[in-house]
Amino acid sequence: MTPHPPPPARLKEAVPVEEAAATPPAHQPRTRRRPDRGPRRWEIYGPLALYLLFTLIPFYWMLLYAFRPSTAKGLMPWPLTLQHLDDVWNGQGFGTYFLNSVKVGVTSMLFTTVVAVLGGYALARYEFRGKRVFMVSLLCTQFIPGAMMLIPLFEIFKHLSLVNSLWSVIIAESVFQLPLALILISGFVRNVPVTLEEAAWVDGCTRLRGFLVTVLPLLRPGLIAVGSFAFIGAWNHFLFALMFLSEQDKYTVPVGLSYQIGDSGGVDVGALAAGGVVAAVPVIFVFALIQRYIVKGLSAGAVKG
Amino acid sequence: MAIAEATAGRQRRRRSRGRRTPYLLISPAVLLMVAFLVYPMGSVLYYSLQNYNVTKPWDNGFAGLGNFRQMFHDHLFWSSLGFSGKWVAANIVLQFLLGLGLALLVNETFIGRAFARALVFSPWAVSGVLTTSIWVLLYNPTTGITRYFADMGIGQHGSSLLADPHSVFGAAVLTEVWRGVPFFAILILADLQSIPKDLYEAASVDGATRMSRFWHITLPHLKDAIILSTLLRAVWEFNNVDLLYTLTGGGPANQTTTLPLYVAQKATIAHEFGYGSALTMAAFCILLFCSILYLRLSKFGSRDS
Repeated sequence: MTPHPPPPARLKEAVPVEEAAATPPAHQPRTRRRPDRGPRRWEIYGPLALYLLFTLIPFYWMLLYAFRPSTAKGLMPWPLTLQHLDDVWNGQGFGTYFLNSVKVGVTSMLFTTVVAVLGGYALARYEFRGKRVFMVSLLCTQFIPGAMMLIPLFEIFKHLSLVNSLWSVIIAESVFQLPLALILISGFVRNVPVTLEEAAWVDGCTRLRGFLVTVLPLLRPGLIAVGSFAFIGAWNHFLFALMFLSEQDKYTVPVGLSYQIGDSGGVDVGALAAGGVVAAVPVIFVFALIQRYIVKGLSAGAVKG
Repeated sequence: MAIAEATAGRQRRRRSRGRRTPYLLISPAVLLMVAFLVYPMGSVLYYSLQNYNVTKPWDNGFAGLGNFRQMFHDHLFWSSLGFSGKWVAANIVLQFLLGLGLALLVNETFIGRAFARALVFSPWAVSGVLTTSIWVLLYNPTTGITRYFADMGIGQHGSSLLADPHSVFGAAVLTEVWRGVPFFAILILADLQSIPKDLYEAASVDGATRMSRFWHITLPHLKDAIILSTLLRAVWEFNNVDLLYTLTGGGPANQTTTLPLYVAQKATIAHEFGYGSALTMAAFCILLFCSILYLRLSKFGSRDS
């Protein structure tokens, strides 16, 4: 698996899950006679419980240190304190970072989605010269390493006097999200039968109205998926914000976090954990709301797109 | 194709307008991508042939292939490239196997499925920097979970897995696997749901075991999704800087420096823009070459296997 012997303690948890989960049909011989209806209950809950432990313990650890007084020792966040949260929000400027991140996330989301709907519709419904070239170059952009665009993008934003402005991050994030959003949305549009739109045209609708009335409502799961990808991506991204924003009142949450990690060294664990909570809450919340749309949206034909 | 099916009178009017419409629709996307992706990419190519260092402006000028010659003798270039390969391989194999298992698991019908899905998918929404925050807490020798394991006799007291050259690779991979498994699980689950149910029923009637149904129905159906998701993820893992930049900073002793991380360090700390650009070009070409090779070898797009 890994060339170096990995940490013994954590591996203990990871390995059995992998074996159990990756090869579920390991208990064949007995059921070979009659066609079985599905795995037994323990075959599901066992591996699932193991994997949940692996997923949730790190989150729990963060919550534990964020809400437990620094002096406490137990494994329960008790007595509960909001001291750390108050420290990072008001004292360390995470309130400002949070607001900046919201601005970046929401604007990038709207920007990406609108541009991608326009282009995605064209890719799905029209034949035009240069379409193939455009599609191929969309795929090629996925190979461009973000880290490597730091230098030229910095120069461009310097010329546009956008360095130290949230717009630099918003533009960079949107452009990097755009290719995948275009590919996804064109796949979603292709899945809407063109006959629906034609029926609307026959009824006297214009192309635009036909789109708004028939296609757009059916695109909802797809739009939610693409929009939330863009929001979460922009909320999470770090390197552009680190490079383009140098004044502290412009920092986004990940930049704030990175400075905490940089000078923590185990000094103020409570603050580190509380900063993590500030960074996690919006994305986890958005994710919980849209999680089933993502699976539904992707299953509706994105991969085939 | 939509146009051809429209009614005759409208057809003529639409066709004349239709020729311009797709270009209008994709123009915002094209403009953004040209300005902030294509142009910067071109300038990376240009800088890669230049001596360009902000801190040594007297040396700036045309360098020809000098940067590339320097690269061949740069020990850190080769070692970071090697580490990138190791990093991508370990991550993709582990994330894919666990993700496939998890997707098969939560595709079954059981009580609490929606809730279980939301929980096990949740690390997908978490950023690289936040992942670092959480796992720095877990690995911390005094506050981390490793101390509790050490209390139980597993591992040693007072050592951070991230500081030890023997364990840092495993520790970093485990961190990234925690975050990456949901990506595969979500994509594969989406594709699993598009498999027609009657295929399985027919196979059951024929007496196929669970194992053989998995091999002969599920896997062939998933093939394209698997190829595409492993490729995309591999590219993202290769290019991903956020996690290692904050988790290990490339250390100890440059042991966990990937190529993009090396570039980012050259850009942000050393300000060697010319050499950094040459490294960028090298990484881009290697990535493109490997991807094409992978698509060829895996026979992407041919369903019959």
